[in-house]
Amino acid sequence: MASASSSLLSKVPTSSANTISFSASLSPALPLFPSQFHLRRHRRTGNALRVQSKIREIFMPALSSTMTEGKIVSWIKSEGDLLSKGESVVVVESDKADMDVETFYDGILAAIVVPEGESAPVGAPIGLLAETEEEIAEAKAKAASAGGSSPAPAPAAAAPAVSPSPPAPAASAPPPPPRPADGPRKTVATPSAKKLAKQHKVDISKVVGTGPFGRVTPGDIEAAAGIVSTKPNVAAPAVAAQSAPVAAPKVASAPSTPALPGSTVVPFTTMQSAVSKNMLESLSVPSFRVGYPITTDALDALYEKVKPKGVTMTALLAKAAAMALAQHPVVNASCKDGKSFTYNSNINIAVAVAINGGLITPVLQDADKLDLYLLSQKWKELVEKARAKQLQPNEYNSGTFTLSNLGMFGVDRFDAILPPGQGAIMAVGASKPTVIADKDGFFSVKNKMLVNVTADHRIVYGADLAAFLQTFSKIIENPESLTM
Amino acid sequence: MQASLSLSVSNPAAIPRSSHGFESSIPFPSKPVNLRFCGLRREALGFSSASTYPLSTSRSSRSVARSNKVSASLGSANGSSSAPKSFDYDLIIIGAGVGGHGAALHAVEKGLKTAIVEGDVVGGTCVNRGCVPSKALLAVSGRMRELQNEHHLKALGLQVSAAGYDRQGVADHANNLAMKIRGNLTNSMKALGVDILTGFGAVLGPQKVKVGKDTVVTAKDIIIATGSVPFVPKGIEVDGKTVITSDHALKLEFVPDWIAIVGSGYIGLEFSDVYTALGSEVTFVEALDQLMPGFDPEIGKLAQRVLINPRKIDYHTGVFATKITPAKDGKPVTIELIDAKTKEPKETLEVDAALIATGRAPFTNGLGLENINVATQRGFIPVDERMRVIDSNGDLVPHLFCIGDANGKMMLAHAASAQGISVVEQLTGRDHVLNHLSIPAACFTHPEISMVGLTEPQAREKAELEGFEVAVAKTSFKANTKALAENEGEGLAKLIYRPDNGEILGVHIFGLHAADLIHEASNAIALGTRIQDLKLAVHAHPTLSEVLDELFKSAKVSL
Repeated sequence: MASASSSLLSKVPTSSANTISFSASLSPALPLFPSQFHLRRHRRTGNALRVQSKIREIFMPALSSTMTEGKIVSWIKSEGDLLSKGESVVVVESDKADMDVETFYDGILAAIVVPEGESAPVGAPIGLLAETEEEIAEAKAKAASAGGSSPAPAPAAAAPAVSPSPPAPAASAPPPPPRPADGPRKTVATPSAKKLAKQHKVDISKVVGTGPFGRVTPGDIEAAAGIVSTKPNVAAPAVAAQSAPVAAPKVASAPSTPALPGSTVVPFTTMQSAVSKNMLESLSVPSFRVGYPITTDALDALYEKVKPKGVTMTALLAKAAAMALAQHPVVNASCKDGKSFTYNSNINIAVAVAINGGLITPVLQDADKLDLYLLSQKWKELVEKARAKQLQPNEYNSGTFTLSNLGMFGVDRFDAILPPGQGAIMAVGASKPTVIADKDGFFSVKNKMLVNVTADHRIVYGADLAAFLQTFSKIIENPESLTM
Repeated sequence: MQASLSLSVSNPAAIPRSSHGFESSIPFPSKPVNLRFCGLRREALGFSSASTYPLSTSRSSRSVARSNKVSASLGSANGSSSAPKSFDYDLIIIGAGVGGHGAALHAVEKGLKTAIVEGDVVGGTCVNRGCVPSKALLAVSGRMRELQNEHHLKALGLQVSAAGYDRQGVADHANNLAMKIRGNLTNSMKALGVDILTGFGAVLGPQKVKVGKDTVVTAKDIIIATGSVPFVPKGIEVDGKTVITSDHALKLEFVPDWIAIVGSGYIGLEFSDVYTALGSEVTFVEALDQLMPGFDPEIGKLAQRVLINPRKIDYHTGVFATKITPAKDGKPVTIELIDAKTKEPKETLEVDAALIATGRAPFTNGLGLENINVATQRGFIPVDERMRVIDSNGDLVPHLFCIGDANGKMMLAHAASAQGISVVEQLTGRDHVLNHLSIPAACFTHPEISMVGLTEPQAREKAELEGFEVAVAKTSFKANTKALAENEGEGLAKLIYRPDNGEILGVHIFGLHAADLIHEASNAIALGTRIQDLKLAVHAHPTLSEVLDELFKSAKVSL
C-alpha cells in the first residue's frame, strides 16, 4: 500500500527560553493521500531550524486540507515509553480519517498533553518528547504549564500558530468525559441547531427557541451568532438588491478588460447566473422611478404592538403594498408583448431576500387577501424553505410586484431594477427621525422613510405611480386598516 | 457447514443491536435479528446442473438416508392424523415472500408440483413493505442529495437551480414500484404453473396444511416461509402517524421536520438517508455504545463520518427508549430515555415523529406449530443447517422446513431465497448446505455499504480459536479512476483473508455502488476461489470493479 508522510517542523520559544523543535509525521492508511505537498512545505521550514533543546513537542498534524482540529483516538505509546524514529505514537482522528502519527526522532514520550478522547487544534502540542530521562521532569513541568504559556510563533516558524489556549490539562489529569452536554435541561434544540451552535460557539441554553414547541432551530442559532444572511424572523429580512446601479450591466457587457494580476475569477453559481440574466433582460424595458417620503410613526407603533404575535415588518409592508395595489391594478399589471396590458388576477408580492451569496424572491401569494398573521407565518415558511433551497418554482417566480428593503442597513434611499414580467418594484429605505414642518409652521420630529418605485413605463405612467404611492403612504400613515 | 456454525458462535454480539433489552436478555445463537434487507432473486443461484438426476430414485434414496434421524416426532404429533398416502402437491410453501417465491421457482424447475399459500399479498415484506419500496425512496434521496450538493455539482461544472420534491410524487413512485414487482412475482409463478392458494396457511399435521378456514391440502414436503413483522418493544405506542414503523414510513405520508429513529441498524440508517435528503433533521436512539454496531468497526466509523456527522443528524447511544408517546393535543412526540446499563432515567426527547427501527420479529403465530410439537424460540422456528424444523424434543420434523426471517438465521430476503433453493435441492436429491458466510448484505445509503463474510473482529476471534493468521488489505475509492470521474472518491474496500492459503474471510465495502461491487467477493467465497487466482482475473478499465481488483492484488498471500 502506498503511503505518504509529512512532518511539521517549527521553532517555538517557550517560557523557559528554550527553542523547541517539534515534529510529527503521519503515514495515512489510505493510498494516494494528497499530502506530499505538506511534506515539501514543512521540510523546507525544517531546514531553517536550529535545534537547541532536546525536548521536542509533538504537534497535532494537519491530516487533510480541511482539517482544523483533530481528536486523539488513542495513544499507542504511554508516558515513559522509548520511541524510535518512524514509530507510531498516537492515532489522530481528523474530519476524514483516523491516522497513525509517527515520531521523526528517537526519544522518550515524556508527557501526554492532550489525553485520549480530547481534541486539539492543528499545530497545538499534544505531547512532549524528551531525549534523555533527565529531561522528563522538565518536560512534565512544561506540559503542566503549557496552558498558560502559549508560545508565540517565532518569525521563522511557518507552522500553524499554536492556539492561544490549547486545551492542555495536566498530563496526569484523568480525561474528562467527552460529552457532558446532554444533561437534563429544558432547552430543546434540533440536531442541526446543535451542530451550528458548536460550530459558531453559541451557548444553546442562552438562545430563545422560536421553532415549534419553543425548540431552538438552526435559524435561532444563526441569529444568535449574528449571521446576517439568514434571519427569518427579524423585522426586515436581509435584503440585497435587485438594485444595483443601472450602469452595472453596461460595465459587465463592455469589452472585457484584462484582469489585474493576482485577481481570482469565481464563476457564478446557478442562482447568480439567474440574477445576471434577469438583470440584463430588464435593459429592454423602458423604466422610470418615482420616490415618495412616508411618515412611519404610526406604522412603527403598530409594529411594536403586533411584533409579539409574530408579525414581521416584511409582512406589514407587503400587506400595505398589496392593499394599495388592489386600488391601482395597473401597477400590478405586466407588459408581456409590448402591445397589451396583462392585468393579473392575483396580487402576489415578491420580496427580495439575500441568501448565501445569492438573491431570491419568495412570493407572498394573494397578499391582499391574507391577514397579517397568516402573511407573517407564510413568510417565515418561505424564508425557511428558501434557505433549505426547497422553494417550488411557483413560490419564487409568481410575483406580480416586488418589494426590496435595505432599510435595516441604514440605506435611506435606493432604486431597484425591474424584474422581468413585472410592472413595478418598490425599494424601501430606512425610517429615520426627520425634522418636519407642518402646514402651520410647527416643527416636529417624525420618523420618515423614502420609498422609490421603479416601473415599466409602457403600462404604468407617472400619474399612475404617483397615485399608487399616495395610496400606499396613506395606508402606512394610517395603518389600522392593515390589521383588519 | 463448519463455517456457518462458527459464524453463529462469533456473532452473538450483533444480536442486541436495537435499543431494547429484550433481545439481549435471552441468549439465542442466531443471526442478528434485525438485519433485513433485500435483493430480489431473478433467477436460480446456479444449482441447475443437478436437474439431470432421475428424480424418483434420488428422492427415495434421500428419504432412506433421512429416516434414521427422524422418527420420534411423528408419534407425538397431536395424535390425530397420520400421514396421508397420496398428496395434492409435492411441495407446499406457506408464505409468498421473496423466500417462498425463490423456493417455488426452483421447485418447478426441478419438476415438483408446487403450491404457495399467501394470506396477505404476494411479495411479502420485501416487496410490499421493505427493501423494494425503500429502494424507490432511496433512489429519490440519492438524486436530491446530488442536486442539493452545490459544491459537488460545481466541481463537475454543472449548474442546477433549486431542487425540490413533491412528497406525493415520491410516495407514488415507491408504491408503484412495489405494485410492479408484486405483479412480476405473481406472474412469474403463474406462468410456471405454481398454484397460488389464497388464505392464511397453518400446519395441520404431518404433510397437511390448512388454507384459510377449512381447505385442507396435502403435500409431500412443506416449507414455512412466513417472514417477519416490525418489532415494537413494549412501552412504545405506535399510532401510524407520528410514531411509526417502517411499514408506515415507506408510505411517506408526511415528512416531519424532526424525526427520531430508534435503532441505527440498516433500516434506521437507510431511513436517515431518505429523511435528511428530504429536509428532515434526524436523532438516532441506539441501545449500544456506538452507532451501526453490526458493521465492521472500521467501516462503521468511516460510514459515521460520511453518513452521520456532516448531516443534520445527532444521536444518543447507550440508551433505551422506554416510553414513546405519539403527538397529540398539541404536544410533540415524547421519547423517554434511560441509560442502557444503569437503567437511570436520562432525558426526554421532544420530536415531531419517531420511527421504530429496532428490528423485526418472526411472524409465526397461528401456524399450527403445536400440532407437530414444535416450540418457537422467541418466535423463531428452530431449524438445523439444512433448514429442517426441529421439534421440542430436539428431533427433526419430517418433511417440514422453515426458511427466511421465520427461522432467524439471516434475516435477508435473498438469504431466504437461497435457503429455499437449498431446501429444494435437498428434496430433489442433491444434498446441499447453504454457506451463510457467502451471502452478501448491503445497506443502500449514499454511498452504499456492503459486506460478505466475517468482520475483522469476528475473523480474529475465529483465527484465535482455530490457530491461523489473519491479514487485512484495504483500498480506497480515491485511487479509482471511475470513482474520481464521478467525483465520488469517498470510500474504502477492506479484505480480511488468510495469508497462508489465500482464503477470503470477509469483504467490506463503503463507497459508490458498494452493493453491486460485493458480488465478486461473495461469489468467490461461495465457490471457494482463492485470492491468488482472483489476482489474475481481469477487470474492465476504468470501472469501479477495479477497487476490488486492486484490493485482491494488494493482498499478500504467502504461497
